[in-house]
Amino acid sequence: MTDVVLDKAPVNDTPPPPSSTLRQPRLPRWAPLGIGALSAALGSGVGLVAGLESRIQWGLIAALLYVVINYTLATLVEGSRQAKDRLATSVVWVCFLAAVVPLVSLIWETVVRGSKVMGVDFLTHSMNGVITLQEGGGAYHALIGTVEQVAIASIIAAPLGLLTAIYLVEYGGGKLAKAVTFFVDVMTGIPSIVAGLFVLAFWILYLGFDYSGFAGAMALAILMLPIVVRSTEEMLKLVPNELREASLALGVPKWLTILRVVLPTAIGGITTGIMLAIARIAGETAPILLLVFGSPSINNNPMEGAQSSLPYYVYEQWKLGNTASFDRAWAAALLLIIFVMVLNLVARAIASWKAPKSGR
Amino acid sequence: MSTDTAPASPPPPPPSPSKSAGSISSGQDTRPGDRVFAGLARGSGIILLVVMAAIAAFLAWQATTALTENEGNFLTTFEWDANADPPVFGIAVLAFGTIVSSVIAMVIAVPIAVGIALFISHYAPRKLAAPLAWAVDLLAAVPSIVYGLWGALFLVPHVTGLYEWMDDYFAWTGILEYNGGAARSLFTVGILLAIMILPIVSNVCREVFKQSPKMQEEAALALGATRWEVIKMSVLPFGRSGIISASMLGLGRALGETMAVATVLSPSFLIEPSLLDPGGGTFAQNIAASFKEASAAGIGREALIASGLVLFVITLLVNGLARLIIARRKEYSGANA
Repeated sequence: MTDVVLDKAPVNDTPPPPSSTLRQPRLPRWAPLGIGALSAALGSGVGLVAGLESRIQWGLIAALLYVVINYTLATLVEGSRQAKDRLATSVVWVCFLAAVVPLVSLIWETVVRGSKVMGVDFLTHSMNGVITLQEGGGAYHALIGTVEQVAIASIIAAPLGLLTAIYLVEYGGGKLAKAVTFFVDVMTGIPSIVAGLFVLAFWILYLGFDYSGFAGAMALAILMLPIVVRSTEEMLKLVPNELREASLALGVPKWLTILRVVLPTAIGGITTGIMLAIARIAGETAPILLLVFGSPSINNNPMEGAQSSLPYYVYEQWKLGNTASFDRAWAAALLLIIFVMVLNLVARAIASWKAPKSGR
Repeated sequence: MSTDTAPASPPPPPPSPSKSAGSISSGQDTRPGDRVFAGLARGSGIILLVVMAAIAAFLAWQATTALTENEGNFLTTFEWDANADPPVFGIAVLAFGTIVSSVIAMVIAVPIAVGIALFISHYAPRKLAAPLAWAVDLLAAVPSIVYGLWGALFLVPHVTGLYEWMDDYFAWTGILEYNGGAARSLFTVGILLAIMILPIVSNVCREVFKQSPKMQEEAALALGATRWEVIKMSVLPFGRSGIISASMLGLGRALGETMAVATVLSPSFLIEPSLLDPGGGTFAQNIAASFKEASAAGIGREALIASGLVLFVITLLVNGLARLIIARRKEYSGANA
């Protein structure tokens, strides 16, 4: 239906140029770059002259100038259709740069400010007995807490998620499977603080247990479960059906077919999915705040007593509000980013290493 | 719409691989190993449902405990004194702050995210596109507390200049007044939330744009359409529902975001008409900020759970709507392919 619209537009809009030459006048190829440099210079110039403090304004002015200059020049030289095209292109580029700047700044600030106190001491000491204004101290206790809580959460959520995905793909089809699929979607959208509140209501207020790393781990497991189910489901669906049929035709029971044929085929993707889920929950602060409560000293036992965790440590140190604690917060944030990024990179490496061999 | 493929499509639709595999062996599920394994798989599916039901049930139960003791009106009270002896608390300020900050985030983030998605799918040089997509994926994994720390210590001091300028020219609107001081306001929260949901929204949009019918695009190009005309006529109409659902998913994130708001916002239990001045609060931020005092005595924790229940219901609605739109689109694109 849209085809009708398509073949009309170009014909209608290009009457004048063909009369003189076959080629429309075009801006030179370096025009966008040149205009970009010009508007960047103009933007900073205006910013300097007007005495604007914030660089954000300089950038916004330059971006606006870039779009406007691009559009007017193109209108003058190339005509309105090309000008609209240039307008769209320049807006898309500006959007991209506008998004890249804060994200790069985020990484840059964290690396620069975080590397100040990062070191062996930071990684091997807790905050026990460190006065808030004092420099020193470290995140060892938080690291221990994060590792234990995330490990417990994975031990709960990974098998449960894996089996649920197997149910959906290999046994599903009924009403129950439909309900599970729907609620996995719903679960993906649960805010982390709500998961924390649920465990608070159930584990601490109803069953009467105390704050502990385990309580936090349960909330993390709730957050991790739908991610694992989703990614595993996608991977199992990619396993070619011929493999299942061949195995079943040889008389292999279904459960052995799943364990020995289907899972090994999809194991790369499944591992990737689980690692990405771990990376996701490792950075969750809200449930930890509600359920683990935070502690400055080393507590190796996740089942009893308050613990800390890296994201919680960042929040706690930020809240103390002095230079020394800000430095520690940045260092812990850097540690957290490194942790998450390494997990992501390894997961993606596994994904491409174990990539579908049937494709070749 | 799919009338041209009608003879092939009726009753037996393309059977999904799983179903056919299941039906092959369904008659011989008598082996003990099979029964145990199938039971385990079904059991974990049921556990998932039970957990979801338990979340709703326990939140609702604790919330009713709090609501029965509440002396104020839960919806309209401008106060949060859940620890006081006759507890008085209401969510008016929190609902306002949550909605306003999320709306600001959406207004900023959605157009830019669509721009990024178009950039990666249609504008970026081929060699740059793949690594860029990959980098955006990685950025989606940065923990929210890191965004919060960056927002509080870097973004807040850097937006004051912008706010002074907005105050100079737009103060007459009443909502864009700025009276100096640290810019720990709902507007800053909105900007930060926008930055946080950019990667997710643009990721989903990119996936949708990549699936837009290549033949249509090439046909348009062959007829002499410019790149923008191609996008306007074939990519955006195709991706519209995808954009909507992506923004809804982003909205779900923004509504429930806790730590980034808790670090940046300087909360108060007043509705400030000016969005650039500090004050206000959101559901999640209030839970995180007042939890430690709430644990002491009274029904403080139950009251927070009640506000959490409201947040839960709102995010459920938003996410459900997004999923619905995605599901509808799937059928549409299936008929198209």
